[in-house]
Amino acid sequence: MRALAKDNLSLLIQALREEGYEVLGPRMGEGAIIYGPLDSAEELPRGWIEEQEAGRYRLKRDPANRYFAFTLGPQSWKKYLHPPNLCLYKTKKTDQGLEFKSESWHKKQAFLGVRACEMEAILKQDRVFLEQLHPDKPYQERRESVFLVGVNCSRAGGACFCVSTETGPTLKSGDDITLTELEEIFLLEARSARGRAVLGRLPTEEASSHALSEAARQEEHVCRQMGRTLDTEGLAELLKNNLNHPRWKDVGDRCLTCGNCTMVCPTCFCFSVEEMTDLAGLESQRVRQWDSCFSEQFTLTSGNSQRSSAEARYRQWMTHKLATWHDQFDESGCVGCGRCIVWCPVGIDITEEAAVIREKDGASHANS
Amino acid sequence: MKKKLAVWKFSSCDGCQLSLLDCEDELLTLADQLEIAYFLEASSRIQPGPYDLSLVEGSVSTPHERRAIQEIRSQSKFLVTIGACATSGGIQALRNFADVRDFLSVVYARPDYIETLDKVSPISQHVKVDFELRGCPINKRQLLEVANAFLNKRRPNIPNHSLCMECKRRGLVCVTVAHGTPCLGPVTQAGCGALCPAYNRGCYGCFGPMETPNTAALAQRLKDHGMSSQEISRVFRTFNAEAPAFKEESLRHEE
Repeated sequence: MRALAKDNLSLLIQALREEGYEVLGPRMGEGAIIYGPLDSAEELPRGWIEEQEAGRYRLKRDPANRYFAFTLGPQSWKKYLHPPNLCLYKTKKTDQGLEFKSESWHKKQAFLGVRACEMEAILKQDRVFLEQLHPDKPYQERRESVFLVGVNCSRAGGACFCVSTETGPTLKSGDDITLTELEEIFLLEARSARGRAVLGRLPTEEASSHALSEAARQEEHVCRQMGRTLDTEGLAELLKNNLNHPRWKDVGDRCLTCGNCTMVCPTCFCFSVEEMTDLAGLESQRVRQWDSCFSEQFTLTSGNSQRSSAEARYRQWMTHKLATWHDQFDESGCVGCGRCIVWCPVGIDITEEAAVIREKDGASHANS
Repeated sequence: MKKKLAVWKFSSCDGCQLSLLDCEDELLTLADQLEIAYFLEASSRIQPGPYDLSLVEGSVSTPHERRAIQEIRSQSKFLVTIGACATSGGIQALRNFADVRDFLSVVYARPDYIETLDKVSPISQHVKVDFELRGCPINKRQLLEVANAFLNKRRPNIPNHSLCMECKRRGLVCVTVAHGTPCLGPVTQAGCGALCPAYNRGCYGCFGPMETPNTAALAQRLKDHGMSSQEISRVFRTFNAEAPAFKEESLRHEE
């Protein structure tokens, strides 16, 4: 474990840039912390934290003036690895027939500030896109080249529950370098060969035992601070056994079917593919974009939607995330980031819905 | 043989027809593919019907319009309505919430010269419509997509889902959650490209109700944010006031 002076954080960004990476990280957006290109540590939202509750997010100043005291904004790294809009290939009609062309999706990017839950989300999407008979090329090309700088959280947000989902708050594996911000210094740990190479270029020194115990205390503090809890004991079976629970009707009455939860979820991967022709009928583009199980068209087959009610759609989303994801990928699809709770315009809380179903396990309603 | 295009105007501001002229770069290509046979906004040259594709702008507000739309339908193979007026009555449908005779006496010196219908209605209440393109005004890209789909004999890629999905795909920060700004995005159909949220404003619902609008749940949220019943009634009563989901919600909050 190495120690880096706080003022030297920019050297890490510089080292990554010199290695040819485009550095992407948290920065101030329109009243929220979002991900975008970073040229230096000056652009980080230092000294900002956020208040997060169901359906509510507000930035505020933090006198501690840390670089990474904030937790999670509306965006996840999904926007780079699985972009919301992506041209898969272009087709052109020529005298010799159809000509197909696809761009390279390869991008040498470094993500700075990947939280533990976000790392777990990336690993879950890896299973979706890569651990398949036919790996997804656009995802694969980006994922293989990305450099990940993890950051252990020093605070938990109001909607965080990574302790419940065992996906945080401390990074376990998958990133190249892990940062822990302490009061005076950063702790740095390299976890890969390229991580060690970058770390080797920084003016670090061996971390003191005092710093290590500060880090341990900080981790304990974050664990105690979790804004939410989710009882995961037998949760998959519980949900599968309660498909007619009256709570689904209740949540269906509140749900806007707007799809925000799926857009902000770092593991939701659904997309649709459209063929965009040109007016002259000579060229065409195959474009894929994020889609959602909350959209009626998403389950439209033979002119009928398979899930026409809000109740059916919320149930589909939640049971997939927490129950049937296990059947599909041998694990839960939830990383406890709480984005679906915060960015739901009406503040529907997945942990609360699960708790109510557990409380009245076995209840059913006649209409379903 | 090129397909014949006709563009028709009913009660409207002409803004949606202008979107067609706004196509600029694509307009010449479009004119290469389609014979512009009737489009008074652009040319006084009129070719007789029948027409392969009719774009209809505006709502039905007068007895004359009520007759005219029947004739246009009978002359058109495909009829596509464009814009909030044609698809849900438009801003002039606000008069449906009151007695039109009260307006006539205030607005016109000689109300007896005015021939109008009691209620303003969308085109689909009068004739069969093959496709409805929403918006006040319509989005140029979506208009080209409809023309494109027609030319390539496929279904238009026009989503009916919420504006939120378009907003999030664009990477915008939710104005409701992060700023507390009232926004109709969750109940409004996508299509504009999340124009207002991109400028830190809430959505005004120009594209009308999305496929499954839960206006009651959103209205409750607006109330929690401090909006009065009258204000809630008004946000649903703008460009698409006559669209059933918005109309019912506005009536629920009318005082």
